Amino acid sequence: MFETLTNRLSDVFRNLRGRGRLSDKDVESAMREIKLALLEADVNYKVVKDFIAGVKEKAVGEEILKSLTPGQQVVKLVSDELTSLMGGSPSTLGLAGKPPTIIMLVGLQGTGKTSLAAKLGLMYKSEGKKVLLTAADVYRPAAVQQLEALGKELDIDVFKGEKDEPALKVAERSYRTADKEGYSILIMDTAGRLHIDESMMDELKSIKTALKPHSVLFVADAMTGQDAVNQALQFDESVGFDGVVLTKLDGDARGGAALSVKAVTGKPVMFVGTGEKPRDLEVFYPDRMASRIIGMGDVLSLIEKAEAAVDKQDAEEMARKMLKDEFTLDDFLVQLDQVSQIGAIDEIIKMLPAQMAPKGLKDISVSESDLKKIKAIIQSMTKDERSLPKSINGNRRTRIARGSGTEVSDVNRLLKQFEQMKKMMKGLTGKKGKFRPIQGF
Amino acid sequence: MQESQKHWLNGLKSALKRSRATIIEPLSEVFSRKRIDDRFWEDTEDILIQGDVGVPTALKIIEGLKADLKESPLRDTAEMPERLKKTIIGILEQERIPPVSTGSPLTVKIIVGVNGAGKTTSIAKLAHKFSESGSRVLIAAADTYRAAAIEQVQIWADRIGVDVVKHERGSDAAAVVYDAVHAAKARGADILIIDTAGRLHTKVPLMEEIRKVKRVVEREMQGAQIETLLVIDATTGQNGLSQAKLFNDALDLNGIILAKLDGTAKGGIILAIIDALGIPVRYIGTGERVEDLAEFEAHAFVDALLS
Repeated sequence: MFETLTNRLSDVFRNLRGRGRLSDKDVESAMREIKLALLEADVNYKVVKDFIAGVKEKAVGEEILKSLTPGQQVVKLVSDELTSLMGGSPSTLGLAGKPPTIIMLVGLQGTGKTSLAAKLGLMYKSEGKKVLLTAADVYRPAAVQQLEALGKELDIDVFKGEKDEPALKVAERSYRTADKEGYSILIMDTAGRLHIDESMMDELKSIKTALKPHSVLFVADAMTGQDAVNQALQFDESVGFDGVVLTKLDGDARGGAALSVKAVTGKPVMFVGTGEKPRDLEVFYPDRMASRIIGMGDVLSLIEKAEAAVDKQDAEEMARKMLKDEFTLDDFLVQLDQVSQIGAIDEIIKMLPAQMAPKGLKDISVSESDLKKIKAIIQSMTKDERSLPKSINGNRRTRIARGSGTEVSDVNRLLKQFEQMKKMMKGLTGKKGKFRPIQGF
Repeated sequence: MQESQKHWLNGLKSALKRSRATIIEPLSEVFSRKRIDDRFWEDTEDILIQGDVGVPTALKIIEGLKADLKESPLRDTAEMPERLKKTIIGILEQERIPPVSTGSPLTVKIIVGVNGAGKTTSIAKLAHKFSESGSRVLIAAADTYRAAAIEQVQIWADRIGVDVVKHERGSDAAAVVYDAVHAAKARGADILIIDTAGRLHTKVPLMEEIRKVKRVVEREMQGAQIETLLVIDATTGQNGLSQAKLFNDALDLNGIILAKLDGTAKGGIILAIIDALGIPVRYIGTGERVEDLAEFEAHAFVDALLS
């Protein structure tokens, strides 16, 4: 998600950083590029205009242009502003003091409310909570059946009304059931209608007034364009909501609508839907996402993923070896295995800060069969060769290629990549063995 | 730092809350100006962009308008709105794909789109429209993936009074279509409308699956007129262009149904799509009732886009 935006911004930033002095014209053209990048990502144009105006004003106000590193200062300014636009740390849903905690979902048709109800239900269920889903969308044909089917699949109870029972009655009865039968979480799916449909808004309001949900979540489709802001404002004004869920982020949508909704309503994006499976729901980390958009990567998420896949002691040992330059092809083999457990290589590289991921590395993709090949090559080496790759001369390369069923060129490529990797590791470590601060930040 | 950050965000927030008129700058205000200066062009560009036309197409429209003004200068600024409309209609009429004529023995309409675009509702509307005009309509419930998608089609079909060919949820979509084509032949249907599972255009295996559906129709019903229609939600932003491109690459689209054009969204993304790909808009969805489907009309669309 947000990749196009990231790429365009990093081009602008690279351009700015490379300059010793900046003229007004340089800033002007950089701002225009940023403006276009944001508009292409569906950030609301009013938000974009104010954003650019805000950055420009400050760039001049703080006399940045006269400083020694104006390019970096402007980049920092834009980064800070973007981060503040997206919001800081993640917001989570609280639980009610007295159960059940009621969560109500609102939004336009087709944004994915019913799927989200199931996903949220599963999230709470896997935390060990007793969940009830209420099918309060009594209008869309088969909406109730859809929720029922999902509930059945996930083994989550679904409350549905009688035929022609009004949504408010269904909602109220489901609450009484949840209360009486000891459910701790009640998730309410509501009908999707247009934000200009007043009777619909009144119905949502009446449900909200009657049940006083602890959280009302506005569900927005990541593919929405400029109108996202209208929808969000209208829902916020007439019903009121506490947070936003952005769905369908697994396509190539740029999600600018999310930035705009946050900016305009002040309500945080709490979750993002990242796939069709019920498990595909993630907590949204605005700060991490901002850093990813700006090209600073999402090292925190990467670390979390790595921690889940790699034993801590092994990792420390590995780090020690890297720092002391004792990293061998054997270690490389172990690491490749671990990396493939964390995720696809290209996904991991996207999480790295732009400066840490050299340009050529961005297009790298290691497939399962590549990994197999690499393993075979390393396994065809002797122990000594693995710890001292420099000793591998032409004859040995031919032997290794034959042994692993590969070509000499494959062996050459692997050895070269290994050398490059070692170089990169050295680049990452400073004198005290700590990560060197990234330039400009 | 914090202070001034709050400053512009808060200003924006209150400006937007005060009145929606600040988001949607009234075009009449822009066009009532006597001077055609840089600010005028910038405001026009903004109006187009807030309608989701996208930057490249907005710039193209403005360049087109400027060229038009050079060729035949305005006598009065009051002519401006008409000139702008003319330029935009010029783009809308670039469509390069001819409409599919309803043919004998059978016309097959394959309805595709991303999740939640409005495929099933559009299908109900199409079925209603054709059955009202006396055609024998059959629907194939080939969205075998989403929970209760088949039930949703069935409920609509019962309301309209048309037949549905369906299998169990989770079954092979192509098999449903195979049966539907043969049922259409056997029952002498004029129009077969195929509902398909919503899929994000970036998912390669799902796109391959939908090609299979089309191949089945081509193979089993030689000589049938096949019209593949992409449903696009009118609230879609710049991603709509990518949707149209990838669905078109996979299926050679014949047209677009612009759904949910009854809110505040303008559906301007179709201008970008037509400009880039030449795929025409065939129908627009204008409300929630089954009658709310209209054939696309460029003039009315442009009027709404600029209002």
